[in-house]
Amino acid sequence: MSVQAEPTTPPPPAPEGEPLVKLTGIKKYFPITQGILIQHHVGNVHAVDGVDLEIHAGQTVGLVGETGCGKSTLARVVMRLYDATAGTIWFDGRDITNLKGKELRDLRGDMQMVFQDPYASLNPRKTIGSIVGEPFRLHGTVPKNRIKSEVEQLMELVGLNPEHYNRYPHEFSGGQRQRIGVARSLALRPKLIVCDEPVSALDVSIQAQILNLLDDLQDEFNLTYLFIAHDLSVVKHVSDRVAVMYLGKIVETADGGHLYQEPKHPYTGALLSAVPMADPELARQKRRIILQGDVPSPIDPPSGCRFHPRCPQSREVAKAEGIDGPHPRCMNEEPELTPHGPMQRAACHFPLERSIIGTGSEDDGEHQVASMEDATSADDPSGTI
Amino acid sequence: MAEPLLEVKDLKVHFPTDDGLVKAVDGVTYSLQPGETLGIVGESGSGKSVSSLTVMGLITPKQANISGEVFFQGQDLLKLPKDEMRTIRGAKISMIFQDPMTSLHPFYKVGFQISEAILQHQDISKKEAMDQAVEMLARVNIPRPRERADQYPHEFSGGMRQRAMIAMALSLNPDVLIADEPTTALDVTVQAQILDLIDRLKSEFNAAVIIITHDLGVVAEHCDNIMVMYGGKAAEFGNTDDIYYKPLHPYTWGLLSSIPRLDEEKQERLNPIRGLPPSLILVPPGCSFHPRCPYRFDPCDKDVPELLPVDGHHAAACHLSLADKERIRDEEVLAHR
Repeated sequence: MSVQAEPTTPPPPAPEGEPLVKLTGIKKYFPITQGILIQHHVGNVHAVDGVDLEIHAGQTVGLVGETGCGKSTLARVVMRLYDATAGTIWFDGRDITNLKGKELRDLRGDMQMVFQDPYASLNPRKTIGSIVGEPFRLHGTVPKNRIKSEVEQLMELVGLNPEHYNRYPHEFSGGQRQRIGVARSLALRPKLIVCDEPVSALDVSIQAQILNLLDDLQDEFNLTYLFIAHDLSVVKHVSDRVAVMYLGKIVETADGGHLYQEPKHPYTGALLSAVPMADPELARQKRRIILQGDVPSPIDPPSGCRFHPRCPQSREVAKAEGIDGPHPRCMNEEPELTPHGPMQRAACHFPLERSIIGTGSEDDGEHQVASMEDATSADDPSGTI
Repeated sequence: MAEPLLEVKDLKVHFPTDDGLVKAVDGVTYSLQPGETLGIVGESGSGKSVSSLTVMGLITPKQANISGEVFFQGQDLLKLPKDEMRTIRGAKISMIFQDPMTSLHPFYKVGFQISEAILQHQDISKKEAMDQAVEMLARVNIPRPRERADQYPHEFSGGMRQRAMIAMALSLNPDVLIADEPTTALDVTVQAQILDLIDRLKSEFNAAVIIITHDLGVVAEHCDNIMVMYGGKAAEFGNTDDIYYKPLHPYTWGLLSSIPRLDEEKQERLNPIRGLPPSLILVPPGCSFHPRCPYRFDPCDKDVPELLPVDGHHAAACHLSLADKERIRDEEVLAHR
């Protein structure tokens, strides 16, 4: 996981070929300075702190985590909007970590971004035609006299009426604006699209329309998505593989099915149990793990496993050994991402053994009840961290 | 059935604007029993917030044409004079707003803001009010409440601000708590903390709760009854199991099949509702959902369907016959889930 520690075990079998995007040991620190005239460097915000990730062409990798876990920073590092503090970004077999000038500009055509807020990401003083046509003008991939017809094609592709070419963003609803954002990102026929919370500002029925649109476009243009969201059910729906981030690190990666059925990292389990399920029966069966407190500050992240101050599992294991509080191993030793089966890797000393939602085999029933009691005792406000 | 705590009858809130009359709420009826949690679900612009703001007396006849009745403990709140309403608002019916970042005043300390609400309604000293505020902060699980009360909102995280809002709303032991999208701005883990807190405090304070949300998951886990709103009207009303396992309105079907489910086996295509929510100025004639409804037929664009009970208090406002609805539901909607 960290830079010096190359994974000792072979990574899970990759779907054939080189990945389109490969990140090794990516770190991004933001300096904190103090002083008015002379700026002293007093610390770092460890926004991304050693991430390895591979994204294969045509696949969707989902990135989930709470606010402040570094998922958006990681996306911006991949897009080369931020320079990485350490680590290497490989894109299409090429090291792009230090590209500059024209080379970097040319690269932008291959990777594009769809932003969260469709109200803030479109210039209110430009028409839709000029917003969607801007990439053509900047990159000169299409002769000037053909830009309009190209833009109209793009608008049709994303389900907008091409006659609305001369309208302004305020004349569109949130869902339509998000379609405009998608059209703009498609203009240069990129290989990779980074979607940063593309549907979280939208109503449920509109959200489903946009998710379907992204899905159709992926099939049509063989697009690769890095899909960031805090909504686990959305991420699971769109992704071939999901990476769970906590405080600047990836704590678990798996395909959606494994993640849901047998999460290994207690944080993944807690996230899963926190997602409200639109099914009263399943919701009643669900094992509830309520995390105490908030995400710690990334300025001075906890030692050992970063999740240990909030981890119910670590306390449970420690309790069985007669220790109060988190397990000492979790406090002192940083866990590495280790494989659990072919499709799953988790960074945890004491991985979970059961699913969160009652999908396990029947003889699990008794454990389920016992663990529910454990989980409630862990919720006890007196044990507040 | 016991006497309802809060009864809303045929509430209409119409805002006159330069572009026409905005029918934000157009005939909503519901009742709330003591100890009940009612979920009001709908998309933006369905009138779910406006209806509860009106119940709170925060939308006044100056701003809008309000008709209907809101009975609370035998009085019609809509007819109460301002100063009497002020003794009820906050003390007997209180509200938590969506955005904890903007609903606390940034210039005042959190403890002061909570004690201010207490001082408004109780004749006690400032110090006693502050002690109560600290005690409330402790009850909503804020660690070191005494120190925290002496801090400003910007020193609180989002989840803690929402806790402080809840502490403020519950400080006078209200009978009804209205939570307007209480967790929309929060992470799922924090959302779970807050919703559990509301559940726990509901039983501790023996209050009734209305949760307004667009998240069908939140209502499934925390509500007894659910009202689905569309275009200012109730499309369907029922208990939680009715809405999720026996839904009868095409809009509810659409909502349920729009959401990606964690427990789906493979990635099935979502089945979104076509089109956009209606403009509240030009509400479609007849059933306001008919332009988006795949099952519309003859009377849908002419007659407004009434919210008719099917069994018990499960009711849906749709022209389809019960047999048709059950057939479509079982064959086309639930089969995909």
